[in-house]
Amino acid sequence: MKWETIIGLEIHAQLNTKAKIFSSAATKFGEKPNSQACEVDIGFPGVLPVLNKQAVIKALKFGLAIEAKINKFNIFDRKNYFYPDLPKGYQISQLNFPIVSAGKIKIKVDDTTKIIGITRAHLEEDAGKLVHDMFNDYTAVDLNRAGTPLLEIVSEPDIRNAKEAVEYAKKIHSLVQYINICDGNMAEGSFRCDANVSIRIKGTNKFGTRTEIKNINSFKFLEKAIDFEVERQKCILEDGKKVVQETRLYDQVKNQTNSMRLKEEANDYRYFPDPDLLPVEISDSLLEQAKADLPELPEQKKIRFIKEIGLSEYDAEILTSQKSLADYFEALITNHKENPKLCVNWIIGELLYYLNKEQIEINQSPISAQDLSILIARIVDQTISGKIAKDVFKEMWLNKGSADEIIAIKGLKQITNENEINNIVDEIIANNPSQFDQLKSGNEKIIGFFVGQVMKATKGKANPKKVNQILREKLDLSKQ
Amino acid sequence: MQNTIKSLANGLKNKEFSSVELTTDYLNFINKSDLNAFITITDELAISQAKAADQNIANNSFNILTGMPYAHKDIFCTKGVKTSAGSKMLDNFISPYNATVSDKLDNSGAVMLGKTNLDEFAMGSSNENSYYGAVKNPWNLNKTPGGSSGGSAAAVAGELSVFATGTDTGGSIRQPSSLCGITGIKPTYGLVSRYGMIAYASSFDQAGVMTKTAEDSAILLNLIAGFDEKDSTSVNRNNEDYLKTINDSIQGLTIGLPKEFFSDGLDDKVANKIMLAVKEFESMGLKVKDISLPHSNYAIPSYYIIASCECSSNLLRLDGVRYGHRCQDPKDLQDLYLRSRSEGFGDEVKRRIMVGTYALSAGYYDAYYLKAQKARRLISDDFQKAFQSVDVIMGPVSPTTAFDLASIHDSASMYLSDIYTLSVNLAGLPAMSVPAGFSQNLPVGLQLIGNHWSEAKLLNIAHKFQEQTNFHNQTPAKI
Repeated sequence: MKWETIIGLEIHAQLNTKAKIFSSAATKFGEKPNSQACEVDIGFPGVLPVLNKQAVIKALKFGLAIEAKINKFNIFDRKNYFYPDLPKGYQISQLNFPIVSAGKIKIKVDDTTKIIGITRAHLEEDAGKLVHDMFNDYTAVDLNRAGTPLLEIVSEPDIRNAKEAVEYAKKIHSLVQYINICDGNMAEGSFRCDANVSIRIKGTNKFGTRTEIKNINSFKFLEKAIDFEVERQKCILEDGKKVVQETRLYDQVKNQTNSMRLKEEANDYRYFPDPDLLPVEISDSLLEQAKADLPELPEQKKIRFIKEIGLSEYDAEILTSQKSLADYFEALITNHKENPKLCVNWIIGELLYYLNKEQIEINQSPISAQDLSILIARIVDQTISGKIAKDVFKEMWLNKGSADEIIAIKGLKQITNENEINNIVDEIIANNPSQFDQLKSGNEKIIGFFVGQVMKATKGKANPKKVNQILREKLDLSKQ
Repeated sequence: MQNTIKSLANGLKNKEFSSVELTTDYLNFINKSDLNAFITITDELAISQAKAADQNIANNSFNILTGMPYAHKDIFCTKGVKTSAGSKMLDNFISPYNATVSDKLDNSGAVMLGKTNLDEFAMGSSNENSYYGAVKNPWNLNKTPGGSSGGSAAAVAGELSVFATGTDTGGSIRQPSSLCGITGIKPTYGLVSRYGMIAYASSFDQAGVMTKTAEDSAILLNLIAGFDEKDSTSVNRNNEDYLKTINDSIQGLTIGLPKEFFSDGLDDKVANKIMLAVKEFESMGLKVKDISLPHSNYAIPSYYIIASCECSSNLLRLDGVRYGHRCQDPKDLQDLYLRSRSEGFGDEVKRRIMVGTYALSAGYYDAYYLKAQKARRLISDDFQKAFQSVDVIMGPVSPTTAFDLASIHDSASMYLSDIYTLSVNLAGLPAMSVPAGFSQNLPVGLQLIGNHWSEAKLLNIAHKFQEQTNFHNQTPAKI
């Protein structure tokens, strides 16, 4: 049987506001437990929520960036359930009137472009955390995270395989950082992803029974979890059994999904409008404020890189895939407007290679854009050759100093003095008379041998252009 | 003459007596009283506040409330002081923060004598739903003072305090004020901050004051009214001076008498006193018009559905995890929740939680919650229509005078005692109870209902009435 996979993603992006969504407590990660929970976050009797306007602006920025419908009238609801990490016994969220609806985003998988619909994005508050390993026999509650603003981004079931899901998630991940609404830190839980997965026989219209996979904390695991789940559902259906609608947790160690709770066991959340908060009316001025705060979006940046800087689409795509990468490129190119391709090659060829090898992010790179700019300047002004520059780059990566320091200490400065090169060339011709004869008799290939010998003698520091030029002159002279 | 803010402030200013002396007197009254009006008596705090007030008066840095003893309904959070909401659930709760109203009173230099008794989480009309026992009506110890602000009403009527705070979700300021013969005002929803007021039904709850006179109410409303950035439902508008217009002429104003407020359930003697009060107004030059509020019948069911829905959610935080009552040796999380809440809440609170939980459940939401909200709109529209042709609506506060303690056993009958007050909360309007006479030695309260933000007008009307009448000056015999 030929199966088709249907996937929808729910992404929770923590908005990077200084204060919480309904209180003035700070949102910083990793602080002492309960040091960032005020009376409102703890849910003391009598406290009231006050909406943080910054969270609204950030949600609006997202809506604008995905060309969505901004709902000028939206409502906060209470989602009621008991859990010790939920101090009020309800989460303030948005059910029927989310702030953002009907948006879209473009993804590219294997050179095919596809539009993924975004059903809605709504504001809500994060819960606290339970700590199980702090006290014997007791579970502790840390409410620092309680009330951190979240934007829940719900996709349409437009995604057809795990690769597309990863591309979509990466695209959203990149976008929220671009527009500075989320720090995107998956390890700290700032960006979390749940996947709704179902399969159906290709060509049919009715959706199959779906399961929701939670606890996915990296793109790699997103792909693996979906792949596992699709296979699991196929086995069930091909056995003639039925998939059960349920929430499943992904176990990254065993690479499998396990049942967490059945739909029948699910809570009736008894949503109703929160009477402590008035309906939010998005004024034109607030929307203008969000617009003004919206930076150049990845797609716009890509087009600018192609049209104004003259990059290839391929290069532009890579450089704009992450805001930090694009920022790095733009910082680098300020001093090298004449050589954009050289800058691109150094970023894509060297920098990304090193970053990938060490699995670190560009903002953790030991070589800043300013550092690399100096190295490139030394290639451009012919202080060193491109080949030597790669060695210098390696030293810089190991924090051995700046480009200039390494060039000086290692004596890597290129020999451009014609007399000096002339003498070396003479010496090599004298030592290799038969090869020189071959050259004279028209064996052009052998010129490479002489260049190589000169580079060897100078430890690569001779300017290869100059070496070639001098060799040609000598050859012409000897033929006369 | 009674001891009002106005009269006592003069005494303090002229140094006829000190705040410490005044406070000590009131603390002695409280200690000797058997009204059960207080849950907590904050005598040490009161004396230290009184000393500070005396110092400020000596330094000529004071206002009309400096050194004035008052009773605070035990539903307002008070930093460092037990805040129980009349519930076993919060019997051990010392609030770590102050309600905005508490802050304002502290800053005014008023002296808090203690926290007053109330129906648990303000759910009740007789004060019998308190974990701390029923409060007695100072006019007759066998009678209820009303509820939920029964402790506050009894404290003011019984001379245990100069004034008291109250909250009114469905009549909890007006009904006890009426039953105890004092003046009480429930302001427009959004006039006074709800921050730190333990929530019963968020879309109705409103803080107000309970005093001897309308003038005292105006003095206090000047203090506690105003926008609070901590309460999203408080309304940002210019503050008014409620004393400024209190002596304005009320001649020519039109009173609306809704026929639905004079229906079968109303006690004849109460009706008689209300009509006498209306006659008094007529003699003062006001016109009277019969009106109708046709959707009044929906007030009780709508109110009890919406209020129960909201309270079922508001009280979820009382789970035994972070504060409040926790059961002994819970065997697991479920057990902790179940037993802590079963043990911590009283019957009426549980009843409303269950009703609210049911009404919000999937499949019932539209039939109950949504329908009640629609009825609420109709009730509100009735008032708006009425206010096109009248300046103030008058009627009884309560269908009867104070009833016997332990005489009403079923909730539905108890709910009927709020029949004339609930619709005001559904519409978010300001309203007052003003003493309007006695029936068999028990006070009768006249209800004044105004349009939104018409507190100044209501206080003005009430004050003018009190200039012409003597009901508010009556005090129960010290028993």
